[in-house]
Amino acid sequence: MNKTNDKGKAITRRRFLTDTAQAACATGLLGLGLTFIAEKSKVHAAEAMRPPGALPEQGFLAACLRCGLCVRDCPWDTLKLAKPEDPVASGTPYFEARSVPCEMCEDIPCVKACPSGALNPALEDINNARMGVAVLTDRENCLSLQGLRCEVCYRVCPLIDEAITLKRTRNKRTQVHTAFEPYVNPDICTGCGKCEEACVLEETAIRVLPQELAVGQLGKHYRLGWEEEEKAGKALVPDLLNLPDRLPEGTKL
Amino acid sequence: MKASQKAERTPGQETTETLGWWTAHKFLILRRLSQISVLGLFLLTPVVGIRVIDGNLSSSRLLNTVPMTDPLLALQTLAAFHPLELTAVLGALLVGGFYLLLGGRVFCSWVCPINPVTDLAGSFRRLFKIRSSYRLSRSARYWLLALVLVLPTVTGVLVWEFINPIALAYRGILFGMGTGWILILAIFLFDLIVSQRGWCGHLCPLGAFYGITGKISPVQMSAARRDKCNDCMDCYAVCPEPHILPPALKPSKNKSPVLKPLDCTRCGRCIDVCAQQVFEYQINMPGTVKDQPDTQRSLAK
Repeated sequence: MNKTNDKGKAITRRRFLTDTAQAACATGLLGLGLTFIAEKSKVHAAEAMRPPGALPEQGFLAACLRCGLCVRDCPWDTLKLAKPEDPVASGTPYFEARSVPCEMCEDIPCVKACPSGALNPALEDINNARMGVAVLTDRENCLSLQGLRCEVCYRVCPLIDEAITLKRTRNKRTQVHTAFEPYVNPDICTGCGKCEEACVLEETAIRVLPQELAVGQLGKHYRLGWEEEEKAGKALVPDLLNLPDRLPEGTKL
Repeated sequence: MKASQKAERTPGQETTETLGWWTAHKFLILRRLSQISVLGLFLLTPVVGIRVIDGNLSSSRLLNTVPMTDPLLALQTLAAFHPLELTAVLGALLVGGFYLLLGGRVFCSWVCPINPVTDLAGSFRRLFKIRSSYRLSRSARYWLLALVLVLPTVTGVLVWEFINPIALAYRGILFGMGTGWILILAIFLFDLIVSQRGWCGHLCPLGAFYGITGKISPVQMSAARRDKCNDCMDCYAVCPEPHILPPALKPSKNKSPVLKPLDCTRCGRCIDVCAQQVFEYQINMPGTVKDQPDTQRSLAK
């Protein structure tokens, strides 16, 4: 190799060009591979909850430095940093509600610890945290819905009677008794996961899910008539539209 | 190539015999102590519960007040269009400034947890006389550095942090390793079998970043007494960037004896092994040593 180098500038230039081409190709291939990993990482695993104040997943992955200061400052050892094989991006903080839920500290030490703003410092009241939303995922096995007096998820909810209320429905089996259905108000639920941890079933019937998995969204162009009516102070459609009735021949209304 | 053919002698043995064991291993020992103490200070929190420094090499907090952030990581978040909080910005400036003053790649040899891994691979190469090595391009690390900074813009994700072995090693030791050791083993095997000094010397983008920082750093390594060199080649055997030795040691013209600050890791191993005591650390204000005539030779004339 050294020999060819001595022969003259032409060889050096050729070598420079091949080296550059090789490096560019290798970098490009590696870049493609890494982009693939990056795209896969954007999928938010349902069992992995982000700490309070976490930016939406996409922004979080751009902001989190993976330093673990939130983990260190969490007084309940709720948070952990993802290992490479864990369901979220390697090195980012998360918790699994079924084993250790968020205790909703009033001073929110995890957010204070974050140096990068991945946990948004604008979050000052823990009750405004939206780590996720609790969803009663299994209505068949939920004891309360079967008419039994369980309601443990309701009792442990830090925002009892606000985030989870009990809705009285008819006990379908006996037809005479009342069933107390745990009902989650997604506008108030912080996603702390206390309910998921407390569910007495072998496999929990109520789970906190990341916002983007649990909350539906109306099409952006869609307007609800009654809301628009309230905003405008009057109906937006002047009169009821009278459309022609199509009836089978020979019949009349 | 030359070095490996001649280096049947043990590097540093002559120094040990003439100047004593400590002189022949001084900077190696100090470096290992530095690497262990940095990790040890971080370990105090999870092991003993004494909070001196929290976090990891990506970002940390000293004595519950001073923020420190990996400057390359901070640049990546900015490349991903995340408006970084002031804490992390200050931390990145602090760490960046620190290594700018102390010699750029001094991070690589005195702090980085991968350094002992690749050093071990290097020792094994010498021990088992593994000579074959795939020649990686010298510019590969700059390509990788560019990639590390471009991908966050393209994908919106800090992609490098998925595979960054430096962060992974520290995170693993401090927060739980999981399968992360596989990557570290892979780097060891890569350096051992595939390419000599392949990772640290040719690929690592953080090394490239700190190299650029070190280019204008006042702390430099110099072959100050190069006229005493007796061509024993010991420094070639131990230097992690041996291509920087000839221009400083055996210059074609009267070039500066300073080892290329872009690549030199300031590890001081050359000082250790040289029985003639050719090398020394120097503090030169940036720009003052470039292409300046060799004073010692001109004096001799």
